[in-house]
Amino acid sequence: MNVMDNRATSALLYLDGVHVAFDGFRAINNLSLTLEPGEMRAIIGPNGAGKTTMMDIITGKTRPDQGTVLFDGVTDLTRLDETRIAELGIGRKFQKPTVFESQTVEDNLLLALNVDHSVKATLFWRGSRAESERIDRVLETIRLTDARNRLAGSLSHGQKQWLEIGMLLAQDPKLLLVDEPVAGMTDVETHQTAELLKQINRDHTVMVVEHDMSFVRALGVKVTCLHEGTVLAEGTIDQVSSNERVIEVYLGR
Amino acid sequence: MDHMLTRSLDRAATTFMIVVAACGILIPLSNMLLPAGSMFQVPTYLVALWGKYVCYAILALSIDLIWGYCGILSLGHGAFFALGGYAMGMYLMRQIGARGVYGNPDLPDFMVFLNWQKLPWYWYGFDMFPVALLMVVLVPGLLAFCFGWFAFRSRVTGVYLSIITQAMTYALLLGFFRNDFGFGGNNGLTDFKDILGFNVQAEGTRAALFALSCLALIIAFLICRAVVSSKLGKVLIAIRDAESRTRFIGYRVESYKLFVFTLSACMAGIAGALYVPQVGIINPSEFAPGNSIEAVIWVAVGGRGTLIGAALGAVVVNYAKTFFTSGALAPYWLFMLGAMFVLVTLLLPKGIVGTFNSWWEPFRARRLTDASAAREDGVSAPKMAE
Repeated sequence: MNVMDNRATSALLYLDGVHVAFDGFRAINNLSLTLEPGEMRAIIGPNGAGKTTMMDIITGKTRPDQGTVLFDGVTDLTRLDETRIAELGIGRKFQKPTVFESQTVEDNLLLALNVDHSVKATLFWRGSRAESERIDRVLETIRLTDARNRLAGSLSHGQKQWLEIGMLLAQDPKLLLVDEPVAGMTDVETHQTAELLKQINRDHTVMVVEHDMSFVRALGVKVTCLHEGTVLAEGTIDQVSSNERVIEVYLGR
Repeated sequence: MDHMLTRSLDRAATTFMIVVAACGILIPLSNMLLPAGSMFQVPTYLVALWGKYVCYAILALSIDLIWGYCGILSLGHGAFFALGGYAMGMYLMRQIGARGVYGNPDLPDFMVFLNWQKLPWYWYGFDMFPVALLMVVLVPGLLAFCFGWFAFRSRVTGVYLSIITQAMTYALLLGFFRNDFGFGGNNGLTDFKDILGFNVQAEGTRAALFALSCLALIIAFLICRAVVSSKLGKVLIAIRDAESRTRFIGYRVESYKLFVFTLSACMAGIAGALYVPQVGIINPSEFAPGNSIEAVIWVAVGGRGTLIGAALGAVVVNYAKTFFTSGALAPYWLFMLGAMFVLVTLLLPKGIVGTFNSWWEPFRARRLTDASAAREDGVSAPKMAE
């Protein structure tokens, strides 16, 4: 990069030629993918296609062996750790809902708010009206207002998934990575989650990994199908689901 | 700061502090003012013994702060306790002056015995109480900071961290055993005479040390409460329950661990410094890995993550230890300690206070709702009994 404000790309997230191998197994193989600001993208693909590994790379959990990962056109994510990347504005929801079970719903959101996360700031923290209003808004969005004082561990599976999405909202990142948000949800919950993600997409760029094809269809966004660590097909849901190779390796005949 | 403190004090915490304060005032008074042999007079040997328990309670608090709230299981916390103790011991050695067996005004007896000509540089300043006091906090704190800096940055967690803390205290044990280390070797530091000009053996001094230990316990408890009830406390629990999740939200986990580990080591150092003048000796056996493990058992017995439980556990287990090691059961004490740990883990996994809380919680919740319902009816709420 020659000049600081000279972005290498207009994309919010830019992956090019990324390789990762674990003990010789090529989990990610020459993966290239771009995500435009404001876009929502659905990622599909069979088990072991590298979907979660890709998220690990973007969030700093795994270092790629080679390749470029740029955020906002300027920041090289491969050099930063998880905390730094989260501070930059990349939030992540895990496949298995991971909330802080022994703390209340409200405290979970409070912890996720994107305020100063230094030791000193949290030690001398005093709640502010602006913070509690933000928490109220998030609680409303994820329909957990009545459960605000309940321990997160006592929530149902679907509610935990929402709480985790709520934590992402509180974090207010530029980019949300959402790993299998509807796994284990009822049809009604799945439908509500699709609506929720669409609502979130109004102000945020979102990348969703999901197996549930009816959910992906309900989102109605551009779809990328991964296979063996590389992009197999990309396009609308109809284009991708009619692709011969996709049908062969993933959807089945 | 005021806000932080008021937020951190619930009924149980207030009660705990009142009980400790009452002990800290009444026990020394009864010892000093009542005639010996009176039913209510606390004999001096008991004052010293209970003073020891109070120091252990501070050590237990420091362990609970990191283990109960942040999931850091240190099996080497006795090292910080012993280092604080040695810093105090060095001051007490220097106070002996020319009254030692060899009558050397500058060198402690063991140095004369080893034919040393002059005081090693790291003993300089220990004749001044403020310097010694600073070192009581600084040395354990610095060691914890350096240790934590490497361990937490390399993301050493769980049982691996526990093992290296054991290694740390064992290494110190071996070091302090050596005569050329300059801390009295095998015998350690003992034969103390004065502390701040008062005779350490005198009843009045012992009573004052006991009261000071209780005060230190209250202050340590207040600090712990302030920490765990702040937002930082929530972050610590988040780290304990889901460390990587906490990272992905954007918290620098290693900084939090380093902060709380260092704070905890400083508290352990203070506990050790109060312990030494009351027992009259500090030697390398305080670094023994077994001691640190025993301290963890106190916390488990009392209830980890409750603070009050940790302090209570330290007193209960040590009282049991005193009781059982002074009778016919003495040879079996270690078996009983082991059995206690196994039984508590199996039957009371939350420890004494944790189990009590989970029994009490439904009642308390009902009383609170009853009380607020009564208030809404326009009836003044009945004052809740403890």
